[in-house]
Amino acid sequence: MAAGGVIRSSLRTIPIFLYWAFMSSLSSSSVAARDIVALEGATKRFPGIVANDSVDLSIRQGEVHVLLGENGAGKSTLIGMLSGLLQPDEGRILVDGKPTPITSPRHALALGIGTVFQHMMLVPTLTVAENLLLGGPWWQRPRTEELAARVAEITSTLGITVKLHAKVSELSLGEQQQVEILRAMVRNSRLLILDESTSMLTPKGIDELGALMRRLVEQGLAIVFITHKLKEAAAFGDRISVLKLGRKVGEIPPERFRALGEQAIISEIVELMFGKQKDDPEAVERPIRTVRAEAAPLLQVADLAVAPTDNAPGLSSISFDIRPGEILGIAGIDGNGQKQLAEALAGQRAATGGSVQLEGVAIEALSVGERRRRGLRYLTDDRLGEGTVGTFPVSINFFLKQVGAAPFWRKGVEQRAEIEKRAAQLVREYDVRTPSLKTPVARLSGGNIQKVLLARELAEGAKVVIFNKPTYGLDLANTLASRQRIRDTAARGLAVLLISTDLEELLSMCDRIAVIANGALVGTVKNADDARTKVGRLMIGLAA
Amino acid sequence: MSIDTAPTVSATALDATSGAATRRDILHRLLMTLGPILAALVIAGCILLAVGVDPLAYYGFVLEKGLFSPLGIQQTLTRMAPLLFLAAGLIVAFRAGMWNLGGDGQFLLGAVTAAASAPVFVQIMPSWLALTCSFLIAMVVAMIWSLVPALLRAYQGVNEIITTLMMTFLGTSLANVLVKLVFRDPGTTVPQTRTLPVEDRLPRLFDTTITSGLLLGLAAIVIVHLVMTRTAFGLKLRIVGANPRAAIHAGLGVPGLTIAVFAISAGLAGVAGAVDIIGVQGNVRADWNPAYGLAVIPAVFLARMNGFAAIGFVFLLSVLSIGGESAARRLGVPNHFTLVLVSIVLIMLALAEYFDHRYNQSRRA
Ligand SMILES: Nc1ncnc2c1ncn2[C@@H]1O[C@H](COP(=O)(O)OP(=O)(O)OP(=O)(O)O)[C@@H](O)[C@H]1O
Ligand SMILES: [Mg+2]
Repeated sequence: MAAGGVIRSSLRTIPIFLYWAFMSSLSSSSVAARDIVALEGATKRFPGIVANDSVDLSIRQGEVHVLLGENGAGKSTLIGMLSGLLQPDEGRILVDGKPTPITSPRHALALGIGTVFQHMMLVPTLTVAENLLLGGPWWQRPRTEELAARVAEITSTLGITVKLHAKVSELSLGEQQQVEILRAMVRNSRLLILDESTSMLTPKGIDELGALMRRLVEQGLAIVFITHKLKEAAAFGDRISVLKLGRKVGEIPPERFRALGEQAIISEIVELMFGKQKDDPEAVERPIRTVRAEAAPLLQVADLAVAPTDNAPGLSSISFDIRPGEILGIAGIDGNGQKQLAEALAGQRAATGGSVQLEGVAIEALSVGERRRRGLRYLTDDRLGEGTVGTFPVSINFFLKQVGAAPFWRKGVEQRAEIEKRAAQLVREYDVRTPSLKTPVARLSGGNIQKVLLARELAEGAKVVIFNKPTYGLDLANTLASRQRIRDTAARGLAVLLISTDLEELLSMCDRIAVIANGALVGTVKNADDARTKVGRLMIGLAA
Repeated sequence: MSIDTAPTVSATALDATSGAATRRDILHRLLMTLGPILAALVIAGCILLAVGVDPLAYYGFVLEKGLFSPLGIQQTLTRMAPLLFLAAGLIVAFRAGMWNLGGDGQFLLGAVTAAASAPVFVQIMPSWLALTCSFLIAMVVAMIWSLVPALLRAYQGVNEIITTLMMTFLGTSLANVLVKLVFRDPGTTVPQTRTLPVEDRLPRLFDTTITSGLLLGLAAIVIVHLVMTRTAFGLKLRIVGANPRAAIHAGLGVPGLTIAVFAISAGLAGVAGAVDIIGVQGNVRADWNPAYGLAVIPAVFLARMNGFAAIGFVFLLSVLSIGGESAARRLGVPNHFTLVLVSIVLIMLALAEYFDHRYNQSRRA
């Protein structure tokens, strides 16, 4: 069970180790009874890879069980087995102590296991309410009024607002994520699984979700919580399991967890995950870059407007400039027009007014492809919806935006060797974990798909890059690496627009941070010492 | 980076192990195709029994007339020519995610324009040029016919399944009207177009009755296959088909590609009509509608839109349709029984796929 890592690091703190051993021997009689769900030796293989290698996991009532691991470590696969999407090749799942094959997602729901998957699983053509009501008995009329009451109850405790009658396709990814969380909650699950559910929330939203999880486990639920943010793990967890290359390499049980401080937990996790000690790994200094103030702006946006739809905000008089070498951040709660802004700049969404100039040339009337040719890049946050073609091989997905361009195509004919060569290079450079270049990109883990997108947008020829949540879904090491790449991008003299819900990210990278609310920029602050408070004030509607 | 990450799994090492898996895959695919076809033959046999026809006699007859008799196989190969062009057109459309179900209307309009133009052209220019011109006209007319659904889909997002079906009804009627009113051969009493003299038609292959249109059809489908799998244009179409939002995001000109897809697909259907007229029939009779377009759809699906596999399935379809026509005359089984058979095959294949999926799931549970 508890692997070497725990023991080894426990030895450093012998008193705590003894305390822990004492506590666990005390409670061992009641252990079996409290396991809601347990995995025993669960193994899952995919072509060319062992995604889960004989993993034992016990999920208990009253506990938030945090699952950590690098990109591709096998976390989502484990969740897939618990939620009935995948069947283990070996090993078994115990529900309430009895071996129970979980045959389908419906079966999992019936057993009281509700899951928020890493990638959205809502039906885009239905409304939010219809999505929440899906899966009820077919002979009954959907109970809309009951639902509305229940939703109101949950959303008020969570501090989120959900537009019940909006079509899912109109919502931003962050809003969809909230709907998914809500959907798992309205089902009265005994076990709630959240796979990277905080990736699109603001710091405040994350804290609220943490408090809610605490209340839920106090009511006797069990929660499995996957995240790449170690601070969240330390703040919200009771027990931590760490996966590495499909194996469980360590576990921090609640007794030890409580005994350690946040920093101690984080450094222990880092050691388990990466095998190396590093104090707060996220605390990197923002290198002082010199933005040449006299340089002409690379990107100039003036009075950009986009018409609102029934359920999505439009944009009104958005204006900003970005100079070469500068990173402008856009902070705000997801769904406040970030998607509209990025799409309007990239040319995917029609603007109703205003101008966009790249190097002083108006581009607002150009097509998506033409803007790209002129050096505008857009890294979408919707990696499966529009960023990739899931069934196409990894290699082709690197070049989706360059189809027909030399040297990968010559006279319109695909040059396989060139494509494979360059793809292999990118895979190495960006540490994309894939069984092969031919693997359909949707088979990769979430973070590895994100690496494919990053590699694609950062390739040569860019002048202005719009990053929409560039590190969403990346593990710690890759997040840091990608942030460094983005800084390097700017240092090469590019203009960068960085849209993110993660304030830490913005503070660690940007020169200036603008706050977006309801489709308008409510203020812009220089990223100086007091930026955190100023941005925070802007975000809750106060003047900076 | 100060944090170590595990080395990337070596791509080449894993590729080697997947070789055996591919072979097993192919075997599995073969089984999953042949099994359901056999099952379908059994079920269709039961239907034949029910209507009082000996299934063994029927199948024997179909094979004999469609495959084993020298005349039969020649007819079968000749029949393949238009079917191959239609299949090529459908592959382009389906791979791009556009359901051009208007093949029959486009086919007939192509056939009628070829039938009307070829006899005129052969009198004023050399035969090869005349036939080429007829092909081109047939193609262009069919392309124009596809413009309405194409524009509606490209700029208004109107579902093309409905519009192409509507256009096919209109197209067949229009073709009929043209034969009866405009291009009617004054020299005969039956309403039909002027007949292209046999010596001006597409040459036959060697000493057989097989039309050289077969070679054109094979070339067309192979070219389409290569374009779809090996070129930038084909990849663009496949992106539009597999994820239209990704196509927009990648900056592809989706409306333009949509119109191109309809034009190519309809153009090939028009050429299919022309090849049947210029190669084999020589004229179009009023009310002639072989409905090849609908029959080819299942064949293209069974081939999973792969050009080479489609050649095989089109051959099978031709055997069934030539053999079925003879059997219809001899055994009194309706001509449309071929279509019944093909649909049973399709349903069995779908069922097999479903159960295979379920089995895989439960075996792992
Ligand atoms: N359906 C699938 N087919 C083939 N391989 C798969 C499939 N799903 C996952 N894998 C592989 O299994 C491994 C584990 O993937 P998984 O999604 O569980 O990782 P993860 O820990 O959730 O990573 P991330 O943090 O990036 O989301 C990856 O190497 C992935 O390529
Ligand atoms: Mg995952």
